[in-house]
Parts: sequence; C-alpha cells; structure tokens
Amino acid sequence: MSKASTKKTEKNVEDLSYEEALAELDQVVSALESEQSQLEDAIRLFERGQALAARCGVLLEAAELKVKQVVGDEVSAFEAESE
Amino acid sequence: MQPSLFPTPLSQGGQTFTVSKLTFHLRKLLEEDEILQDVWVQGEISNLSRPASGHIYFTLKDANASLKCVMWKTSAARLNLPLRDGMAVEVHGKIGVYEPQGQYQLYADQIRAVGEGALYQEFMRLKAMLEAEGLFDADRKKNIPELPRKIGIVTSATGAALRDMLNTLRRRLPLVEVLLAPSPVQGTEAPPALVKAINMLDDQQLDVIIIARGGGSIEDLWAFNDERVVRTVADAMTPIICGVGHETDFTLCDFAADLRAPTPTAAAELATQITILDLQAEVQTYKARLASSTFNLIAEQKALLSALAAQLRYLSPTRLIQSERQRVDELTRRAFMSIAYRVNLQKNHLEGIQKRLEALSPLAVLARGYAVVTRKDDGGVVSRVAQAKPGQQIRVRVVDGQFDAEVSE
Repeated sequence: MSKASTKKTEKNVEDLSYEEALAELDQVVSALESEQSQLEDAIRLFERGQALAARCGVLLEAAELKVKQVVGDEVSAFEAESE
Repeated sequence: MQPSLFPTPLSQGGQTFTVSKLTFHLRKLLEEDEILQDVWVQGEISNLSRPASGHIYFTLKDANASLKCVMWKTSAARLNLPLRDGMAVEVHGKIGVYEPQGQYQLYADQIRAVGEGALYQEFMRLKAMLEAEGLFDADRKKNIPELPRKIGIVTSATGAALRDMLNTLRRRLPLVEVLLAPSPVQGTEAPPALVKAINMLDDQQLDVIIIARGGGSIEDLWAFNDERVVRTVADAMTPIICGVGHETDFTLCDFAADLRAPTPTAAAELATQITILDLQAEVQTYKARLASSTFNLIAEQKALLSALAAQLRYLSPTRLIQSERQRVDELTRRAFMSIAYRVNLQKNHLEGIQKRLEALSPLAVLARGYAVVTRKDDGGVVSRVAQAKPGQQIRVRVVDGQFDAEVSE
C-alpha cells in the first residue's frame, strides 16, 4: 500500500458511505500499527483516521431506516402506516 | 315339581363380582387397549359445560352415538380453539371409566377443528416428499450475513408483522435499506403472490430476504405450506429467513428457508446479528487503536530523537576542546616539573664550583697567618726583598683586612 496509491483513492470523507469509511479506517489503523511510517505520514494517517471515525459516528447517529417497496417492476418509496 | 330352595344358576362356573370389582375390571380392559389410549374422535360438540373448576365437560356425538368427554384444566388452558355447541371437532385423548357412574368417557387433551386433520396429513405427506428430494438438507442452507445492507421483506403491507419488523430493524440497524414486496399471506391468491414476491426480491441483489406473517390457525398459515412457495424458498439465491406464525407454528417454508425464526420480530432480529451498538463500539475501538498507534509512533520517534541527541552531545567539539585543554594542562605541569629539576641541578653544580673556588682562594692562605704585601704607589706585589726599598710605603693584607706600613730597613 504505497503512499501514492492511498493518496490517489483518498476521497473526501463526507462522500464516503459507512462501509467505505469503516473499511478505510481499518486500513489506516492497520497501516499505522504495522508500517514503519514516516512521522509526517503517520500524522496525516492519524488525522485521516480521526476524520473517518468521526464520519462513521455521524452516519451511525443519523442513520434512518430506508424503506422502499417493489410492486411489479416498480420500486417506490414505502409510506409506513402511522401507529 | 318340587320347588327348589335355590334359584337355578343361569350359567355354571360364572364368577361373582362386586360392582366395584367389575367396574375396575372394565376399566383395566379399556386402559390396556392401545387404540383406545391414543385416539382421535370426530363428532359434534353438545352439552358444553365450563364450570369454575376450569375443567371442560361436553358430549361428542354423531348421528348414531354419543361419547362423554372431559378435558382437565391443564389441557383446557392450552386450547386455542373457542368451543361452542354444535361445532364439528376432532378430539384427541384416551378412553377411561368414571367409576362412580359406571361411565366410560374420553379424557381429552387436544381439540382441533375438523379438516385440520386432513391438512395435517397433507402437511406430513408434502414434508416427507420434499424432504426426500433433499429440499430441506442442511448443506443447502446459505449463511445469513451478519451485517446486511439491503434486506427484502415479503409480507402483507398492512399487517402488524411488517410494523413489528420495521420497528425492530429501525431499533437494531437503521443503516439498513429495506425493500418490501407486499403480498397477501393467506387465501388462494397468496401462494402465487408469495412466489412472485420472493422471485422479485431474489433478483434485487439483496443480502437477505425475510418472509413473515403473524400468528393464525393452521388454515391461515397454509400458504406457507404450499408446494410452489416452499420450492421457491428453497431455490432462491438470496438467503431467506422465515418468520411465520408463533413460536409453536411450523410451516414447510420454515424447513426450506435458510433460517427459521419463531416470529416476524425474531426474524428481523436474526437478520441483524450485528446492531448499531456493535458498530458504535467498533468505531470506538478503531479510534482507540488509532490514537494509541499514533502515540506509540510519536513516542518511538521521541526516543529515537533523544538517543540521537545524546550521540550528538558525545560527538560534540566541546568535549574535544575540554580534552585538549586537559592535555595542555598536563603538558604545562610536566614542563614546570622539568624546569624545576633543571634549575635545581644547576644550583647544586654552582654550589660545588663555589666550594672548589673557595678552596683555591688566597684568603684561605692568609687565614693561616700569611700576608700579601703590595706597593702602595703602583700596587705591585712585593714577593722578593729586592722589590722593597727602605722608606717605601706598602700595604699589608691579612685575612680580615689590611693596613699600611713603611719599609724601614
């Protein structure tokens, strides 16, 4: 996992889905734990990791069940009856 | 004819019983009969009575016969069929004798509506057939993903089951996307609709499909024993969780599905083995690892830095200068020592010379009483008589001084 390749794929954390953010967070932590990173890289990774962890937290906080329904070939929003 | 004192016996050798003994004998006969101890009896309920004791008494009858029945309150409590007079039922139990009244009766433990028996037979036949085909084999079962992103639900759009499942999913894993394929879940239109709904969801790249329905009678749940539905469930590519009815209800879909849940709510729980709480904990763990690994790295760098700093100090010219200074001091000290030695040596030498000089001094001769006489006018030494004339002024030098004199003769 070279520096260049992570750099290239590095997206704005705000654009990441929970799964993407978590997967990258896992990579970042593993990289920090295993590689003899340059201090500067390590700090960059750490900051990236913090942003990813925050993103995951926000997504978990804000998550709302999305319900759609399929009828025939149509997929449409499902309005749950109120209780 | 002579009247006999005793009545003529009707039969020879017959035993005489008390009523109790005879009744006991009858009871034994009935209770030893295997058929009578495990029997379903079909008939119509009459004389239904439910006293406060909780036991149920009724008579089961058909066109030609009737049978007294009693159901003890423990069995009555498990009864989920509301009984009324005139109802056609099938009653399971064993035949026994109520001795005080000489009455044989059915001690009932289960009652089902007529027709259930036929359904049950059909259920068993179909189950055996599909089982023999291998549709329920354990090695066909697909794993249910621990953390699904998209969950399909096949159920009635209006039932409580759907509401319960959505609430459960919302509570446990609101990250999930639910795709609902509404379908009638009972009646003759249910099986083809269920098949269509399952197939539709199977094409949607979902992680898991839940097929669910709330509780009901065996007839209500029958669509989930329909061969077409069961085969569709078994053949689906997507893992399927079946949550139909209550805890005790089993349908063939339960056997064909990859996982059976006792209720719709339980199905939603089994579909979300990892909950949002687990995910939050996981993120926390990552945060901690992130911090500790970075801090470790910084600590390592600090240690490295201080080691280098120490090395640098060791190699610093200051230290070299100090050591040079020490050498200079040392040399200076040695120079001083060597000079002092030499000076001493010279001093001793000088003293020796001085002593020798003193030994040669003419003054030493004077000390022995000799005197040196010089002419006063020219200072010449008078060492012979001829050198002195009468009247001449001379100077006489002795050991401790000199005096002047005049040559007289």
